[in-house]
Amino acid sequence: MSFHAANLAFSYGLHDATFELPAAGFVTIAGPNGAGKSTLLGILAGLRHPYRGECQYRGVEIRKWRRHEFARKVAFLPQSMKLEFPFTAEQVVFMGRAPYADGWFESREDHEAVARAMATTDTRAFAARDFRSLSGGEKQRVILASALAQEPETLLLDEPTTFLDLKHQLAMYHLLAALAKRMLIVAVTHDLNLALRFSDRVIVMEDGRIAADGPPQDALAPELIDRVFGVHAELRDGWLIYGV
Amino acid sequence: MTRSVWISLAILVVVALGAPLIGSSHIDLRRALAGASPDHEILFYARLPRVLLALLAGAALSLTGVLFQCLLRDPLAEPYTLGISSGGSVGAVIGICFGLPAIGLLSLAGAGTALLIVLWIAFEGRRLSSFTLLLAGVTMNSISLAIVLFLHNLASFSQSFAISRWLMGGLDAVEYSTLAWLAVAVIPVCALVIARSRQWNLLAVGEEWASSRGLSTTTYTVLGYIAGSFLTGIVTSLTGPIGFVGLIVPHALRLKLGADHRMLMPCSFLLGAAFLALCDTLSRTVIAPTEIPVGVVTALAGGPFFIWLLRSKRRSLWL
Repeated sequence: MSFHAANLAFSYGLHDATFELPAAGFVTIAGPNGAGKSTLLGILAGLRHPYRGECQYRGVEIRKWRRHEFARKVAFLPQSMKLEFPFTAEQVVFMGRAPYADGWFESREDHEAVARAMATTDTRAFAARDFRSLSGGEKQRVILASALAQEPETLLLDEPTTFLDLKHQLAMYHLLAALAKRMLIVAVTHDLNLALRFSDRVIVMEDGRIAADGPPQDALAPELIDRVFGVHAELRDGWLIYGV
Repeated sequence: MTRSVWISLAILVVVALGAPLIGSSHIDLRRALAGASPDHEILFYARLPRVLLALLAGAALSLTGVLFQCLLRDPLAEPYTLGISSGGSVGAVIGICFGLPAIGLLSLAGAGTALLIVLWIAFEGRRLSSFTLLLAGVTMNSISLAIVLFLHNLASFSQSFAISRWLMGGLDAVEYSTLAWLAVAVIPVCALVIARSRQWNLLAVGEEWASSRGLSTTTYTVLGYIAGSFLTGIVTSLTGPIGFVGLIVPHALRLKLGADHRMLMPCSFLLGAAFLALCDTLSRTVIAPTEIPVGVVTALAGGPFFIWLLRSKRRSLWL
């Protein structure tokens, strides 16, 4: 088990959430705008506080974790990132090593972890380029590489495919599904079909509460989508079709 | 990557050794070192202290520029554009007018207060608008100027002269004891700031980014602002407001070295010192024997540079 939350609430957006997450696997969080998805993810990442109720990672309340120790276990990917300064892609990835860094220079372990992360995300080719000059898809992969360089047990992603075209959306989800064999992936998403097809478990949120939580086929049942999203949906050949 | 730091150091050494030898009157180095008058007095009591002051002030202002740009994630931020220098002026002018002791402390207090007010205006919740920040800086500058003019109006003739000399951003020959305490205040604070370069890298990307990589962002942000306003205040108390050093040097270096603060900060410190010493040499020699205040030189160079930066950044500012 990784996360354990009981009656978890936040001043806005989240009223009452109780769940447990496994140590590995692919969990997606879905729901309409303002349902509390990002707030929940932010709390899990240790970025939203103070929260009410319980929220533990590996048996320790998130607020009690030391920040850099928590960062070695849990990495967080923002939806996008706007840089003001000319950091190269590789420098951005190296920032993932901050939780391990003591000295002024990077260690050999740092270099190895960064090389692995950049190989996994296929970002070597533009390592030396200014991050700001990359395309949306390239940026997203560099940010993912930076999170993987943290060598975390858990990866939290806030709408990782928002700025990606179809091909890169699929590539991203294939990569996440592969990573989920050895770590926990929690991704907020608006794409129910990607959630249905790739994840092991879906949590559907509605008005700050959990409306459904279970295997994708159950949690994303057409009746529930109808009620929560206000859109008529049908399941055909394993794909959700909306508005029919 | 350490090569850039060595080159910066070499440039600094050349400027530091060369600048005292250049001036409105020719001096003979051998006579000066042998203690012959007036060469000895000109070198050791007029030029050298002034060059040393320029070096310390330039280093501190330039590093503070990098620090504020990082903390605010805004390449246009620096003590002068944020109105912190002029806040320091108000403190110092109050001191001059009322004959108070410890002008340095008053200038520090003024700089700190100005920073707090500007940040209070510019922050909307936890978000900061670059546009509001610049407007707040401009407003702070004009309010400070108004207060200074008001006090200037009430001041006696000798106070008035002291105030206007001070406001022009001038470097004057100071006592060696003053230089010593300035160095003791400035160098350790700068060293502490530079030592945290890896952490500033994270903050330069964003607070969530830094926080999710294990940095306690609030601590670093608060300490960064304290260090920055301390450096600005203490330098301003001796030199008056000198603008744009913290804009020109870091920006030029970023074009050459990139954004990594482990190179940017030490190089900005070293070359900021060299830059202000050069500007001061210009201010002493261009229309010698008359001197131009060094603040005028940096503003004439920095103003157009700032406009160029603003234009190249306009798209992202007005989004």
